[in-house]
Amino acid sequence: MAITLTETAAQRVEKFLANRGKGVGLRLGVKTTGCSGMAYTLEFVDDLQADDVTFESFGVKVIVDPKSLVYIDGTELDFTKEGLNEGFKFNNPNVKDECGCGESFTV
Amino acid sequence: MALLQISEPGMSPAPHQHKLAVGIDLGTTNSLVATVRSGMSTVLHDEHGHALLPSVVRYLENAVIVGHEAQAAQSMDPVNTIISVKRFMGRALHDITDRAHIPYHFVENDASHGVLELKTRAGLKSPIEISAEILKTLKARAEKALGGELTGAVITVPAYFDDAQRQATKDAARLAGLHVLRLLNEPTAAAVAYGLDNASEGIYVIYDLGGGTFDISILRLSKGVFEVLATNGDSALGGDDFDHRIYCWVLDQVRSKTPNFSPLTEEDTRLLLTKARQAKEWLTDNHEANLLCKLSNGTLVDETLTVQQFVSLTETLVSKTLGPMRKAMRDAGLSITDINGVVLVGGATRMPHIRHAVQAHFKQEPLTNLDPDKVVALGAAIQANILAGNRQDDALLLLDVTPLSLGLETMGGLVEKVIPRNSTLPIARAQDFTTYKDGQTAMAIHVVQGERELVSDCRSLARFELRGIPPMAAGAARIRVTFQVDADGLLSVSAREQTSGAESNIIVKPSYGLNEEEITATLKASYGAAETDKQARMLREAVVDAQRLIEAIQAALAQDGETLLSKEERDTIAQHVTMLNTLCQGSDSQAVKQATEALNQATEHFAARRMDASVQKALAGKNLNSLEM
Repeated sequence: MAITLTETAAQRVEKFLANRGKGVGLRLGVKTTGCSGMAYTLEFVDDLQADDVTFESFGVKVIVDPKSLVYIDGTELDFTKEGLNEGFKFNNPNVKDECGCGESFTV
Repeated sequence: MALLQISEPGMSPAPHQHKLAVGIDLGTTNSLVATVRSGMSTVLHDEHGHALLPSVVRYLENAVIVGHEAQAAQSMDPVNTIISVKRFMGRALHDITDRAHIPYHFVENDASHGVLELKTRAGLKSPIEISAEILKTLKARAEKALGGELTGAVITVPAYFDDAQRQATKDAARLAGLHVLRLLNEPTAAAVAYGLDNASEGIYVIYDLGGGTFDISILRLSKGVFEVLATNGDSALGGDDFDHRIYCWVLDQVRSKTPNFSPLTEEDTRLLLTKARQAKEWLTDNHEANLLCKLSNGTLVDETLTVQQFVSLTETLVSKTLGPMRKAMRDAGLSITDINGVVLVGGATRMPHIRHAVQAHFKQEPLTNLDPDKVVALGAAIQANILAGNRQDDALLLLDVTPLSLGLETMGGLVEKVIPRNSTLPIARAQDFTTYKDGQTAMAIHVVQGERELVSDCRSLARFELRGIPPMAAGAARIRVTFQVDADGLLSVSAREQTSGAESNIIVKPSYGLNEEEITATLKASYGAAETDKQARMLREAVVDAQRLIEAIQAALAQDGETLLSKEERDTIAQHVTMLNTLCQGSDSQAVKQATEALNQATEHFAARRMDASVQKALAGKNLNSLEM
């Protein structure tokens, strides 16, 4: 299994990283918080941790810590527009239930 | 599901705790809103893909239109369509000198210290309320685009705005329901956008020619620290004046051709000004522009304006910007060779002859790689993102300066300056004053702003009285007056009598604009709909309660009414029910509640008797032993 980006998402991440001027890639993760148990995190990466797992998708490095990986393995990250809003969307096959707004989930 | 943005390492927000912050450029001609998404400052567009929101507000009978649609109605409905309202922010009627060219009906509001209001078909509107409409529209746009409520906003103001104008801007934001994280000087915002995006260091000049204001600022950038060395400008010079020059020229042409030219109507004025603006914009990339339109009296206007003509018409306006530039350079103690770069801000700087003039003056090509219309909003968004706490590292330190000196009136109408102009903000300065007469127990303090020596030539900001000075010989009392200007450039003044140690409470009443009650009243009015909704809800709840009770009673009456109640008792209950039913048709939730309560009480004995009866029925014909206890 792996973590992948769609091509649109990869292009966006690349653009944001270039604009930021530093950073080696994008970190996907989960933290135990929120109304349905767990929430996604999405951050720029400056330093790799020892146990990090690195994937590569359309030339963009995707970094996940092993504890998060079990919850999001197989996820495809997409970049979409919804009306005037735009942002990243997790397509995570492990999710059983989400809270109403989709910001947190359970597996 | 919700859409996510990339955060800085370790800064991922908890669910439902996004700190959505925006930067707003509340411009004279156009306004914009921008935000930082995934580390990148971007201007937010509306549904039609427009980034710029024309700062035009049109009042209809029962509605308000803001933006392009309002702009389109300008020539049709000039009196109720307000453009360039920023020029009137925090101003009194006598501050507006070119009233003859403005089609609005100004009214002086006596209750709020001569602040001006505009008469529209929706009633009197203050510039603060009109600006709030623009901010509301931007807020709605941002919340739609970001998918949530805003934590706060950074709003930019011209560096030359005085305290009254800054306070007015803050009031407008409050009225629009925006939390102001900070007011930021426009040139500083432009520097933030350029400084961070291009990682530049050195001394920069920000030349900002907007729709109605001209600002020149000299900034020192080093290691992410912005220091404003000096500001200057002209708060009544901008792109609009270039339009006006063209307008006057066209009028001259038409008059010379038409001998019996009748006076222009308001609609004609607006139409010609619109045509003039279009011609100006067209001349940026073309050699000549054609002005073609038909006036209301049937006169056909068909004139061609060449670039050369336009340049010579507006030469004086361009050179008017050079004076403040020299003054700012002198204040900062710099010469042309010290300047590392010149940044152009404002749509009017697209005009090629302005670029040439700036280039000739500073002997270098100005920076234009960011869109001059958007650069201020982009910088404000970066600042808002930091202030909202979305960034950990390289926190930006911003140093601004006071644009004008602040002081107070002393005997004889003279100004004693407490905080000199171009002092770095935030700043607090205290100065001791004393009494003038033997046994003097009170002192009037008049806070003024300006560079002149006489109070009458400066701008009055506030007046207050210090009372409770112990009677003593003239000159014995020591009154310490403290001036404090916060990071937003807003001023608070306090006074304290030192020798007695007694403190007196003083209230600073700004001699401009809205007082606290008026703001509250306006806020209340804007919450009016919410209150109506709440009332309706209370009524609905009361009626539901009442009807539930009536139904229960009627069911009970049908069952036991004949047996348990006398006719009088039944009549009383029936009366209560009828009264409650009538009240339920009305709109007084309190009365419904009271009548429900009364009905409840009137039927208490009936309920008790029913209880007894049912107990008796249950027990009838049984002996004690057969009851399982």
